[in-house]
Amino acid sequence: MSDPVTVRVTVNGVAHTGRCEPRKLLVDFLREDLGLTGTHVGCEHGVCGACTILFNGEAARSCIMLAVQADGAELLTIEGLMQDGRLHPLQEAFREHHGLQCGFCTPGMLLTALDLLRTNPSPTEDEIREGVSAVLCRCTGYHGIIKAVEAAAQKMR
Amino acid sequence: MSRAERWIGKPVKRVEDARLLTGRGTYIDDHPPVAGLHHAAIVRSPHAHARILGYDLEAALAVDGVVGAITGEDVLRLTKPFSVGVAAPVRYYCAATDKVRFVGEPVAVVVAKTRYVAEDAADRVRVRYEPLPAVTDPETALEPDAPILHDAVGTNLAGHRRLVYGDPDRAFREADVVIKERFRFPKYSSTPIETYGVIVKWDPLDGVCTVWSNFMGPFIMHPLTARALGVPENKLRFIVPPDIGGSFGIKTSIYPYIALIALTARLTGVSVKWIEDRREHLLASSSGTDRIADRELAAKKDGTILGMRFRWLDNVGGYIRSPEPGCSFRPTGNFVGPYRFRHLEVDASTVMTNKSLTGPNRGYACGHLYFETEGMVDRLADALGMDPAEVRRRNLIPSAEMPYRTPSGGLYDSGDYPKAFAKALEIAKYAELRREQATARAAGRYVGIGLALAVDPSVSNMGYVAAALDPQFRAKPEYLPKSGAVDSATVKIDPLGRVITIVGTAPQGQGHATVVSQIVADELGLTPEEITVVDEMDTFTRVWSISSGTYSSRFGSVGTSAVALAARKLKAKLVEYAAHLMDVPPDRLEFRDGAVRVRTGKGPSYAIKDLAGRAHWNTESLPDGMEPGLQATAVFGFTGSKAVDAEDRVNSSNTYGFIAEVMAVEVDPETAAVKILRYVTIHDAGTIINPMIAEGQIYGGALHGLGGALYEELAYDADGQLLTGTFMDYLVPTANEAPTIDIAHVVSPSPLTPLGSKGLGESSSMTVPAVIANAVSDALSPLGIRITELPMTPTRLYELIKKARQA
Repeated sequence: MSDPVTVRVTVNGVAHTGRCEPRKLLVDFLREDLGLTGTHVGCEHGVCGACTILFNGEAARSCIMLAVQADGAELLTIEGLMQDGRLHPLQEAFREHHGLQCGFCTPGMLLTALDLLRTNPSPTEDEIREGVSAVLCRCTGYHGIIKAVEAAAQKMR
Repeated sequence: MSRAERWIGKPVKRVEDARLLTGRGTYIDDHPPVAGLHHAAIVRSPHAHARILGYDLEAALAVDGVVGAITGEDVLRLTKPFSVGVAAPVRYYCAATDKVRFVGEPVAVVVAKTRYVAEDAADRVRVRYEPLPAVTDPETALEPDAPILHDAVGTNLAGHRRLVYGDPDRAFREADVVIKERFRFPKYSSTPIETYGVIVKWDPLDGVCTVWSNFMGPFIMHPLTARALGVPENKLRFIVPPDIGGSFGIKTSIYPYIALIALTARLTGVSVKWIEDRREHLLASSSGTDRIADRELAAKKDGTILGMRFRWLDNVGGYIRSPEPGCSFRPTGNFVGPYRFRHLEVDASTVMTNKSLTGPNRGYACGHLYFETEGMVDRLADALGMDPAEVRRRNLIPSAEMPYRTPSGGLYDSGDYPKAFAKALEIAKYAELRREQATARAAGRYVGIGLALAVDPSVSNMGYVAAALDPQFRAKPEYLPKSGAVDSATVKIDPLGRVITIVGTAPQGQGHATVVSQIVADELGLTPEEITVVDEMDTFTRVWSISSGTYSSRFGSVGTSAVALAARKLKAKLVEYAAHLMDVPPDRLEFRDGAVRVRTGKGPSYAIKDLAGRAHWNTESLPDGMEPGLQATAVFGFTGSKAVDAEDRVNSSNTYGFIAEVMAVEVDPETAAVKILRYVTIHDAGTIINPMIAEGQIYGGALHGLGGALYEELAYDADGQLLTGTFMDYLVPTANEAPTIDIAHVVSPSPLTPLGSKGLGESSSMTVPAVIANAVSDALSPLGIRITELPMTPTRLYELIKKARQA
């Protein structure tokens, strides 16, 4: 075990300072040290995408990053997606189009979709499929998710 | 919205979504139910088959932060083997005790103050093994020189039954055509994105062992676990957190880990949390069986099927874990599917090999069944030069024969199979598809059309498991017959007239709270928003039974029935109370639009709120003999759930839906990629309570079937090492692979449920392997290729195409 290190990170606009082992995964730091349990762990090897967050504005897998790598970074997690106490258009659209069932992949799916729409505000259906293929969902068959991202894109334009 | 509006049948948005969309769900890993939690890491076998010679925990226990460890020796000393569903003396404990029998089998547990430290220490546990030869193929495992997994059993055959219905030998004698084929179905898992999780607090003073876990039933596993741990059932408390991250049957098989972590908590004296990682999940949680099936079909020249023979070798892995051998017997009542033939022989062998253990996986055993049956029907059509749609039409059970008793004891409660099939063909424009196919073929393209029909069984009758036992065994006086399918619900009204409904179904994403609120709203003339639904299973406080839980597509049929009946019971009480207040006979009153009113529409009415206030605040106002309080609990059970009879007949499920599918595909002969051109699926699940949720189940089920048919396999090498132990090798379909689906419904309400609803949760997971295999076979028929084995990975298909072209 190594000595703890200090991690300064801004999450959802709030500055946090934490101390953890250098080997601590970013997702564990978010969940255990900051109490942000909305980010989920699905595979711990960077494939399923459930742990996706925005890292300095870009989608990243928090299960294959270390907390120390986030020192000085700005992160957005699912807890920060609502705006002014209202659901984000993506969240609204997922509800409207049944884009979730068990909800376990949903946080990673929403942040991945947000990253997609920021870089490509008018994606085609194929581009949406390709974009959200970064996250595995086993409940929905993706149908509702694709519809939801399409609808949210329209609303956000 | 008007209060008179009916909510059943509407795509009401889900009440679950707000919390799940904002990161405020409560899954097992988010759950800090007790103070002072410690964390477990499990040491697992690297060998497929080996004798355990000893353990060395010293180095592990020396790690700073470790509080203790247990091994198979503790398991052997302090727990009992779990009951198994066969007569063979298979001793299945929650961890290996004498030998390891599959890679990933638990052998020891280390507990530390953090998971990181526990993992460090687990790496330092030394287990000495004497490796033994392994066997992974169920056919090889039955050969005389095969390595034997369980010395006490003396064979790798855990169970064998030959079930005979009608006179199959005569059917085959009288046949004009006999078709034979061998099929192989792969071992795959629906791999919920949330893995297993268990938290245990074992209180040494009151002796209560409290377990929080993402267990979803059947709750028969509760007494099974209590017995293994040697604790009375009323000292073992199972609590399920509000949210479970998917299951698809897989989390049924968490109970050995509940026992293992409970024993660990008991021996280490601390509360213990264990969250399975993905590698552990793929290696050692659960999956469906891989099966070798030899099928025979007897038919007349006109296409009439006379009978079938099934010979199955189901591979259940290193031990047989309950509810196996459901892999063979779960569909007993619907063995014949939607077809009329009355003569059937089923020769079912359950084989143990050095692979991980099996259990329910979405479509439990029905994906296997229909892959084989529908493949055989296509081969019959081929042999007779008939259209596969025509052969199916000639054999379907006509609607006039509903309810229909199958030769194996199933009672199909309702349905119009010919109509639903016709609708599927119509929506798919089948004739046009065939013309397009001819054009494509003429141009050298490999386009094919597949059909698949299935009876979709829901709400298993727990009694079916006894079909695995010989009738002579079941006839012994000490044998206790088993049957049943029940669920319960409580509806209560507080002093201000607010309604709370309590269920304990342990859902895993199916939106039960939403559906319950729709049903209660309709019954009480309220809106769904006015109903608060609590669905948190706790075996100490909920009304539950052996068959409780959400599995076998139960909720849509049995859970919803209990909710409707509880609401009706409460409504009847409100009417009786109002009648007393109004001093009129109850039959002159009715419950309408949230109030008890005089049927004629004249005179006073009492709204729920008014009645609730009076009933709670002034019990003197109740009629003589009326129980105080405004609440009602209903326990609904299917009376058609009976034990297996002496002829091995059993109504293995309680409601039976129907699925008809058409799929068109194109196969690229160079890359062997399969492209889905058209996919139509028709479902008859009786009354649909929430069409949005129902369609979600169909989309999800279809993609599970597609995964198993094209990509997913828990593949092992000959030494029993898992080759697909990560999501980089075990390929789960992404949004890119999800087909566009045309979904339509036919509604034949069930006469057996108060709302006419049936289950729908497994849906197309059981038909997609069949329909896509038939479509690919049709596409490749110019090359003489017929699919007999799944998954149809590009490698496997490419080899078939290459071989066919060389020939």
